[in-house]
Amino acid sequence: MTDKPKKELAVAALASGTVIDHIPSSQLFKCAKILGIESLDTHVTIGNNLDSHRLGKKGIIKVADVFFPEETLNRIALIAPSANINIIKDYVVTEKHQVELPDNIVGIVRCGNPKCITNNEPMKTRFEVVDRNDVTIKCHYCGQVVKSGDALID
Amino acid sequence: MSNLVSIDDISREEILDLIERARYFEEHPNHKVLDGKVVATLFFEPSTRTRLSFETAVNRLGGRVIGFSDAGTTSTSKGETLKDTIKMVSNYVDLIIMRHYLEGAARYATEVTDTPIINAGDGANQHPSQTMLDLYSISKTQGKLNDLTITMVGDLKYGRTVHSLLMAMRYFNPTFNFVACDELRMPKEYKDFCDANGIKYTEHTEFSEEVINQTDILYMTRVQRERFTDIMEYEKVKNLYTLHNDMLANSKPNLRVLHPLPRVNEIDRDVDDNPKAYYFDQARNGLFARQAIICKALGIDIYKENN
Ligand SMILES: [Zn+2]
Repeated sequence: MTDKPKKELAVAALASGTVIDHIPSSQLFKCAKILGIESLDTHVTIGNNLDSHRLGKKGIIKVADVFFPEETLNRIALIAPSANINIIKDYVVTEKHQVELPDNIVGIVRCGNPKCITNNEPMKTRFEVVDRNDVTIKCHYCGQVVKSGDALID
Repeated sequence: MSNLVSIDDISREEILDLIERARYFEEHPNHKVLDGKVVATLFFEPSTRTRLSFETAVNRLGGRVIGFSDAGTTSTSKGETLKDTIKMVSNYVDLIIMRHYLEGAARYATEVTDTPIINAGDGANQHPSQTMLDLYSISKTQGKLNDLTITMVGDLKYGRTVHSLLMAMRYFNPTFNFVACDELRMPKEYKDFCDANGIKYTEHTEFSEEVINQTDILYMTRVQRERFTDIMEYEKVKNLYTLHNDMLANSKPNLRVLHPLPRVNEIDRDVDDNPKAYYFDQARNGLFARQAIICKALGIDIYKENN
């Protein structure tokens, strides 16, 4: 044991569930929104502005007894490409991987163009990733391009 | 059957095929291949010029037209969604030609119906039949599409016709000259597009004879007052990008002047009688280009049906 407590102790340990780690602090609440944390009724622990070697300040979300579909988790890549997913069963990390940006993002992102059909018709938005390096996405309908860090999340 | 939503969706081969078909319709303008077909023209935003061109095309092909020319007269004004309108009309017709003030409307329409959709303009986004008539006009006057020097003049920032033409020309090794004032320069994304596709271009703020004299196609656009944040700036530049007949004195014999019309004062009336003025014929080519697009959307083999 080192005398420095492990960072994970900053928030409660998890018996079973999902930990989303290494979220840039500025994107934490957008991530919570994407995951639909608000409507969950299991234990949820959210930590923010924790020290991180990689990010300076990071956020973390721990959700007990919930295992999100991969598709949902990958949507986080849109705003937090550095995020890590840990699947925990019986206090043991059984799976650990980085989020992966999908080619298409359906729903979630709102188009910034007020004259876009998606802002005027009851329908789902759809964006295509045009640049993976700086995570730039393009509206499938009106063609407007946005850096996903600046994207409006519904 | 297929849709035409954006010029970006069509390949080099499809462009060449559409040009061949347009040429065919120019020779056989009343070729009745749409006998028994009904076509809807849904103009949620009025555009008399485009609507008349499409409706004439359908009529000359022997089809029937239903539709509306203004959203104010439709159930949209009662709050009906675009989806519901498209689904309703799909029950009646073989093809839908639509214009809408919202961007992406035509793309969305293709997702709610199996009836083919032709986009006749969606806001500032796409207007592929205009681009096809431009390409047909260029091909017809130059005898080819490859290796041409195209000079675009006027509003290169907001002009959707120049953006679409630029992108469609990527298959044909063009050289572009962009002539505009600082406020209406070609946007960076289109210059990046040129770089990414190995397309040569130069930029000029001065509309000089030196540029004109290298040009095969002189593509003029409207410079509109409402595009300027500073009205003084508009007053300063509005006459700098006007073409006068004497500016064409030493131009190449094959040069032709194109303009998507309507013009205001960017082409002086003294150019109209110059044989290099092509803008009125260009509009006429729109009819043949649209006949070609309609038949392609309906999967009609025009050459076979003629036998
Ligand atoms: Zn959009």
